[in-house]
Amino acid sequence: MRAALILRNKRRDRIFKVVALLSAILGLVFLATLVIDLLYDGLGRINWSFLTSFPSRRPERAGILSAIVGTLYIMGLTALFGFPLGVGAGIYLEEYSRRKNWLTRLIEINIANLAGVPSIIYGLLGLGVFVRALNLERSLISGALTLALLVLPIIIIASREALKAIPFTIREASYALGATKWQTIFYQVLPAALPGILTGVILALSRAIGETAPLITIGALTYIAFLPESIFDPFTVLPIQVFNWVSRPQQAFAVNAAAAIIVLLAITLILNSVAIYLRYRFQRRLKW
Amino acid sequence: MNLNPSIRLKRRISEGSIKGVLFLCAALSIFTTVGIIAVLFFETVEFFKEVSILDFLTDTQWTPLFVDKHFGILPLLSGTFLVAFIAMCVAMPLGVLSAIYLNEYASVRFRTAVKPLLEILAGVPTVVYGYFALLFVTPLLQKIVPGLSGFNALGPGIVMGIMIIPMISSLSEDAMSAVPRDLREGAYALGATRFQVAAKVVVPAALSGIMSSFVLAISRAIGETMIVTIASGQQPRLTINPLVPIETITAYIVQVSLGDTPAGSIEYKTIFAVGMTLFIFTLVLNIFSHWLKERFREEYK
Repeated sequence: MRAALILRNKRRDRIFKVVALLSAILGLVFLATLVIDLLYDGLGRINWSFLTSFPSRRPERAGILSAIVGTLYIMGLTALFGFPLGVGAGIYLEEYSRRKNWLTRLIEINIANLAGVPSIIYGLLGLGVFVRALNLERSLISGALTLALLVLPIIIIASREALKAIPFTIREASYALGATKWQTIFYQVLPAALPGILTGVILALSRAIGETAPLITIGALTYIAFLPESIFDPFTVLPIQVFNWVSRPQQAFAVNAAAAIIVLLAITLILNSVAIYLRYRFQRRLKW
Repeated sequence: MNLNPSIRLKRRISEGSIKGVLFLCAALSIFTTVGIIAVLFFETVEFFKEVSILDFLTDTQWTPLFVDKHFGILPLLSGTFLVAFIAMCVAMPLGVLSAIYLNEYASVRFRTAVKPLLEILAGVPTVVYGYFALLFVTPLLQKIVPGLSGFNALGPGIVMGIMIIPMISSLSEDAMSAVPRDLREGAYALGATRFQVAAKVVVPAALSGIMSSFVLAISRAIGETMIVTIASGQQPRLTINPLVPIETITAYIVQVSLGDTPAGSIEYKTIFAVGMTLFIFTLVLNIFSHWLKERFREEYK
């Protein structure tokens, strides 16, 4: 009787283990299917002229030059705005307000909430503030400012984690030598935390380059047959180009979309690998 | 240390101004929230000068882009929640099971290999999932499900669910690993199997943390844009049929943004009104999720 019970329980345990394992790897199977499907559809379409041509009505002539250039511009500008603002906020919250008052608590709750706001809402914010109120039009700078606000919570949270990991003794040693608070932060704490901060910034950027909805909402165009000459020019980015091609009924455009996705994923993958490498180095160096 | 007074004063000023600048960086997040609320509120008020709130909440048609204009948000809401519901049906069981496996069964090697890969799944741009939902999953489903139209809620819902699995899995795992070791050991000592420990000790103990991850995932699902814009169609209709084209709030905002609607027109104002609705829903869900998580934290202090 008891032996039968034990046997039954053990059998249930084994069945459950298999089901749980399948659930855990289902995502990976899905990811693999996605990648194989994309490579199968789009890899053959990638060649030099695809990378260096402007979009066109004729699918076989169309390329992603303006989209790649737009994506690089947006990445650079988003980093330019997001990095100092995010790290600055992280430093303030971690180094200057260890004793919490209502204001810093409000800021913390607020940042957590902002991280959960849908990206398209940031698009509406950008449309209302940057495009209309500040009259920056549907330009690179409007897009980059919108995305910088979008990824700010990610950068702030990562910066705080990195700063928190620096032992307090480092700061005390610096104070003991007569350094001021800012000197301590700038010359001791920040350099030590930099790899961790950079990891966060890169992850934030890899999120930013995949964003489509907020940029469409601020009015980024889907058809751009020129390169931007200044940050006040209209632009397009890779995800928007993909979206444009996917929305067309012709099969040949779907192939273009797959090829553009491969390029987009390659850029994302490179960014993520750099971030993972930095994180790895950071973890190793942390043995003080 | 004898610094002369002028150096000390300079230091005081520079230290103070640096602190001020850093504070402004942190306060920017407050301005962002205020900006979002102000922009949405301003245009929504303008919208309700032309459309009555009662119509907005009860009319069963949404046709602001047609000649015969109706402004009932119900069809957009039903589309939004239909897709989110399908996504959650996929993501909740699979996310929790995967968290249980990673936390209770898996070897350290398996975890360190699988977790970064799951992170990649969450990091793929959503426009890519849209492509996949429209051109791979839906055609595949059409072979099994008769009457499934090319644009529908089912395919995108399933893809969205798989996209959300890593989020539920990693948040639930955090909750499960916070369950004290003693509880598990107590159960093992009584002769429980791993399955019994997971199902009767760990999951109930981590329940509010797991619930918190579900609520956050719902918020994520209703705010998701590109998958549904690409693969669900642009036909707002009040239905719970997952086989026909629908439209979500987010897809409508994109649809209007793609056209060249002049600022001040009623079409322009509608995207802020529906955006406000979406913002309120996600905000309430996010706060609820946060509350559940805090409750969990208190239990094991």
